[in-house]
Amino acid sequence: MQHAIEAEGLVKTYGKGAKAVRALSGVGFAVPRGTVFGLLGPNGAGKSTTTKILTTLSTPDSGSAVVAGLDVAKEPGRVRHAIGYVPQKPCFDPTATGRENLTLQGHIYGLSRSDIRARGDQLLERFGLADAAHRVTKTWSGGMQRKLDVALALMHRPRVLFLDEPTTGLDPEARADMWAEISGVTRADGVTVLLTTHYLEEADHLADRLVIVDRGQVVAEGTPEELKGGLDGDTVQVELADPGQQGSARAAIAAVRGVSAVGADGARLHASVGNGAATLPGLLAALEGAGVPLASVTVARPSLDDVYLRHAGRSFHSADRAGLDGTEVAA
Amino acid sequence: MSATLAPVAPARPDVQHGLALRQTAYLIGRSLRILRREPVYLAFTLLQPMVWLLLFGALFERVADLPGFGDISYLEYLTPGVIVMTAMMSAGWAGTAFIDDMQRGVMDRNLTSPVSRGALITGALAYQAVVTVVQSLIVFGVGLLAGARYDGGVAGVLVVLLCATLLAVIFAALSCAVALMLRSQESLIGVSQFLTLPLAFMSTVMMAPALLPGWVGTAARYNPVDWAARAGRDALLGHPDWSAVLGRAGLLAALTLVMAWLATRAFRAYQRSV
Repeated sequence: MQHAIEAEGLVKTYGKGAKAVRALSGVGFAVPRGTVFGLLGPNGAGKSTTTKILTTLSTPDSGSAVVAGLDVAKEPGRVRHAIGYVPQKPCFDPTATGRENLTLQGHIYGLSRSDIRARGDQLLERFGLADAAHRVTKTWSGGMQRKLDVALALMHRPRVLFLDEPTTGLDPEARADMWAEISGVTRADGVTVLLTTHYLEEADHLADRLVIVDRGQVVAEGTPEELKGGLDGDTVQVELADPGQQGSARAAIAAVRGVSAVGADGARLHASVGNGAATLPGLLAALEGAGVPLASVTVARPSLDDVYLRHAGRSFHSADRAGLDGTEVAA
Repeated sequence: MSATLAPVAPARPDVQHGLALRQTAYLIGRSLRILRREPVYLAFTLLQPMVWLLLFGALFERVADLPGFGDISYLEYLTPGVIVMTAMMSAGWAGTAFIDDMQRGVMDRNLTSPVSRGALITGALAYQAVVTVVQSLIVFGVGLLAGARYDGGVAGVLVVLLCATLLAVIFAALSCAVALMLRSQESLIGVSQFLTLPLAFMSTVMMAPALLPGWVGTAARYNPVDWAARAGRDALLGHPDWSAVLGRAGLLAALTLVMAWLATRAFRAYQRSV
């Protein structure tokens, strides 16, 4: 197994004395080559700090990192040739056209003129920006601008691409579009992608493997399926046609084989089960047998939200809000 | 390390060097493009020095009648002073472009690219030098149209351009350093405003050396704006003491190097904060 990124024991503190804020306390992970790797966590968890260390922007207090086979502390200059970085904030030049943006980027990396032209054409085409290429980018839509940011980072054919919150602020359609582009990047160029996100669905959808980062530490690691599979199982939720039947419905469900617990919330009952699909027929039969008509039934697989709750001990969204309320450092 | 990728081809030092120069040129091109695409800003950048020359020229015209001022028209006296003052004032804004870049992701992206910190600074400073030369030539043109005649000829004009450019680079470097350390547009504007007007008036830009109050005269000797104004004026108005002109230009050049070094160092302050 070849690794495009290996991080070990990264520690970073901002500020000194009483005002010091510990952003990372020992983050480590390894990213297999040619995959999309997710760094998932609420605001302020330490994702951006980790990315900044791996992209040579910042240095850790201790710990080490190797990117594309190069030590970021010892050979930052060569790491910079091997990586592309899309910061959280937009980084295109709004007064320049799309083509001008790409051309300047190519020059900065010392590409030849003909290569700049050809690579620019290729990226504009791939990201669906060719028609707008000659227009000044401040007139572009947010989704197009963000795609240009990614195209800029790919101009010099990096081997590792860092995407820091690539879809924050995009509308759902532009987000889905960006997801498709990101998946395409690994396939088209064999680029390894490190993606930070605080969107659970984004990590679930895009990442081949991911780590969940919380308060400067890795709390869980695996593929999205492994992480969710590690939880007890699925939830079956039934909504009763008549809330008055709650008692008898609950007793009927609790007696079904495979149900480990039942909770109730008015007309809604939740049953924790090992395998939703296998348990459902028996559960429905039991309810029918007890004469309980239903308004609706859903089987829910555990989400990354449940995974986060299990490992961090609080819900993802409350942690995300807490992060925004001031503990955030160096976003 | 259990497994690694084949490392990227290492760049040879001489190739790196040539790349840094080209990177500087592309960064200047980028700044000029931004200026060109903002026609209102461009217009005021060019109008401002004309306003200074014609306004101060008219306002203080009678100053030349004061005993001890010398036998020279005020407009001619004022031209090199307005040129260096304009150079300083425009350059004071140089750091705002850095702050724009920091507030967007541009600075972070540049710092993760092979662009050297030196090229980022020299790009900004060289751009400011280009702007200064254009502004200075406009002031000369307006001065000539308004009837001023400069005995120092081409050599005099070149000395004024050189001094104005060095002064612009000094203040642009200071502005970039402050931008990198404070990272706030408001703070930078505050520092710049606090410095530029007092420095302009604590000099012989508008008032002949013999007529300055004692303490202002003393302060002016340590003021780079005054070094540039005196060297430029001496060379432009004929019969200069070349050793004094060179001495002042040398001081400006030395301060330019110190400030450019300081600005490059300021990147460390910025990187510690990210």
